[in-house]
Amino acid sequence: MDVLSLSRLQFAVTAAFHFIFVPLTLGLSLLVAFIETRYLRTNDTMYLKMAKFWGKLFLINFALGVVTGITLEFQFGMNWAEYSRYVGDVFGAPLAIEATAAFFLESTFIGLWVFGWNRVSKKVHVLAIWLVAIATNLSALWILLANGWMQRPVGYVLRNGRAEMTDFGALVFNRFGWVTFAHTVLSGYVLAAFFVMGVSAYHLLRKNEEPLFRSSFRTAAAFGLVSAVLVAASGDLSAVQVAKYQPAKLAAMESFWETRSGAPFTLFAWPDSGNERNAVEFLPVPKALSLMAYHKGNAEVKGLIAFPRDERPPVLPVFLSFRLMVGLGLLLILLAFIGWIKGVRGRLERSPGYLKVMLFSIPLSYIAIQVGWLVTEIGRQPWVVYGVMRTSAGVSASLLPAQVIASLVGFTLVYGLLAVVDIYLLVKYSKRSPDDDLSGILKSAPAKEA
Amino acid sequence: MTFQIAWFILWGLLWAVYFMLDGFDLGAGMLYKFLGRDEAEKSAIRKAIGPVWDGNEVWLLTAGGATFAAFPAAYAAMFSYLYSALLIILFALIFRGVALEFRAKASSVAWGRSWDIALFLGSLLPALLFGVAFGNIFRGLPIDAQGYHGTLLGLLNPYGLWTGILFVLLFLVHGALWLALKTAGEMEARALRFARTGWFVLLAAAVIFLGWTVASTNLEENYLHRPYWLVVPLLAVASLLLIRVWAAQKKTGAAFFASCSTIVLVTFTGVIGLYPNLIPSRLDPASSLTAFNASSSPYTLKIMTIVAVVFVPIVIGYQVWVYRVFRHKIGAGEGTGGGAVPY
Repeated sequence: MDVLSLSRLQFAVTAAFHFIFVPLTLGLSLLVAFIETRYLRTNDTMYLKMAKFWGKLFLINFALGVVTGITLEFQFGMNWAEYSRYVGDVFGAPLAIEATAAFFLESTFIGLWVFGWNRVSKKVHVLAIWLVAIATNLSALWILLANGWMQRPVGYVLRNGRAEMTDFGALVFNRFGWVTFAHTVLSGYVLAAFFVMGVSAYHLLRKNEEPLFRSSFRTAAAFGLVSAVLVAASGDLSAVQVAKYQPAKLAAMESFWETRSGAPFTLFAWPDSGNERNAVEFLPVPKALSLMAYHKGNAEVKGLIAFPRDERPPVLPVFLSFRLMVGLGLLLILLAFIGWIKGVRGRLERSPGYLKVMLFSIPLSYIAIQVGWLVTEIGRQPWVVYGVMRTSAGVSASLLPAQVIASLVGFTLVYGLLAVVDIYLLVKYSKRSPDDDLSGILKSAPAKEA
Repeated sequence: MTFQIAWFILWGLLWAVYFMLDGFDLGAGMLYKFLGRDEAEKSAIRKAIGPVWDGNEVWLLTAGGATFAAFPAAYAAMFSYLYSALLIILFALIFRGVALEFRAKASSVAWGRSWDIALFLGSLLPALLFGVAFGNIFRGLPIDAQGYHGTLLGLLNPYGLWTGILFVLLFLVHGALWLALKTAGEMEARALRFARTGWFVLLAAAVIFLGWTVASTNLEENYLHRPYWLVVPLLAVASLLLIRVWAAQKKTGAAFFASCSTIVLVTFTGVIGLYPNLIPSRLDPASSLTAFNASSSPYTLKIMTIVAVVFVPIVIGYQVWVYRVFRHKIGAGEGTGGGAVPY
């Protein structure tokens, strides 16, 4: 393999691995902040125990999110030097702002939160976790505005042999970036909700600390249901943006070949890229694709054939990922809805079947979120900056294949090891009852409960 | 023009602050196995850097991000030319962070021992390799119009390695002083003793470094043209001497302050010598990347200046506040410390 394919593979592996941890951080930070706020309001130590239990899992996950994030910032320069040189004038700004405005806040206040139980007042302690939660979400905003610029470049001009920023406001208010931001952070909230519901289900099935885990489950179900519905809504807005600015991606998502108006959405199909058609096609829903993309039943949708072959993304992975994402998204809405109803009716403990399903549903939200990113990023190909720069033009010129093979092997080994450690610790601390460190909690409780 | 110079200074400042802050926790990480004689002492060392190391490391991300935004061509060159060295730094920082966060989360001997090694190497390698990287930048990289002609082994030239050793020694003394400041009793005395003895090795290394720099880099040229800048290296030497004076008087806080200013001044000694180069070429001066030929457009620099002027003071404000919250000494017998997680 050449430096280009190796670098692409390495970026995909390291970004996907990083993105295992980020969504849980986005959602769980908010849930922990919410729970600790409840403790502050009610002074009920159950909420303190709850905040500490979920906080522990949050921190294990957070640590890996932090260390795997450094890789990505370095990699733009290491493997994509030509890209960095060509678009750094525009693209570097949001990354630098992310570090200055969000990473500092996040990493400084997480230290205060972990070590500050006895050092600051309860209120300041709650404030610390809120700042962490806000900062992680703010960091997602800046990185997605950077990504939004790659998807739909705005506010720049090609000058002096590179892209130069001419309108920072256009970059900051790029609708594409904001819609992706909403869709991404909301799906992170869904993932965190399913994580909390799944772990709570494990304990409820064992009749362990029922009030605490019932409360956790119910909070997560409400949070997850609202977020999952909003994920679908923001997905709809996202489709409109894609149709408008990335018609080739939209066509690949649907494996849609011939341009026509009143385009149907085909429930089952299998693309045959060689012959520029679908090998099989069942159950078209009339006009549904036109409705989805343009909110008009008779709108014209461009087919893949309308684009030169070298400007089409790989159809099969984009098509399958999109189907899987949508299917899982709908399933998650249904599961969260059932959980919410059961929680409100007080029937959770009497539904062992449902609780088991929820325990094993944790991976579903992870899969949904990963394939969602595959749609976004593979669908952007062959462009690294849509319509402006091809991915193949962005790779570092000074690298040798051996260097990238070595780093790819290194990342695979190191990340593999981290994954094993992460799963070991998450399982260990998820199964552990919050009672285990009751003495530690009471001793360190910032108020007078001791 | 003014923005480019301002960003050159800010570029130097971000690296200097990064070395000053992460320097002591990298130093503490290197000393961890040697100064911490039992589990309680090791735990005290981890707690001495636990609340702050993550915030310190963000200065590296910001230095990297600011280089990207303000000098994209220099960012692209530095990170792709020094690919293998940065990769090792990256893995080391990953293991260090994970070691600090996960070490106390299981109790088996093998678990503890593995993460202790990870913490040691994860602290030593970045200290050494950042020194090697900057030594090579001081010396100039083999770049010409065709591109880069260097290798990983080429970076490990004697001068580059010596700069790496200097960084390691600086961070060791710096870290020992931090630990003396943060711990009490036997541990504090041991850390202070290490700083006082280690200082002589550091001084010897610094003298050799200074002579070697004059002999094999062009950094001295700026000082010959504008001798008043010599005040910076002179202050660096004064700071270095004050570390020892104050450490001997057991004024640990003052000695730590002196090692902070030594690191900042040493970094600026290099940065002033480099000006206006960010990445000088050893083969062909015309191929050097400078604050003027590698910078972003005036518009982007203006936006980034506004961002820096607004956010950097806020960041400094809350980081100083958090340092004050954790200014207490850590007792060796403090137990699990009351965090959400045993540390």
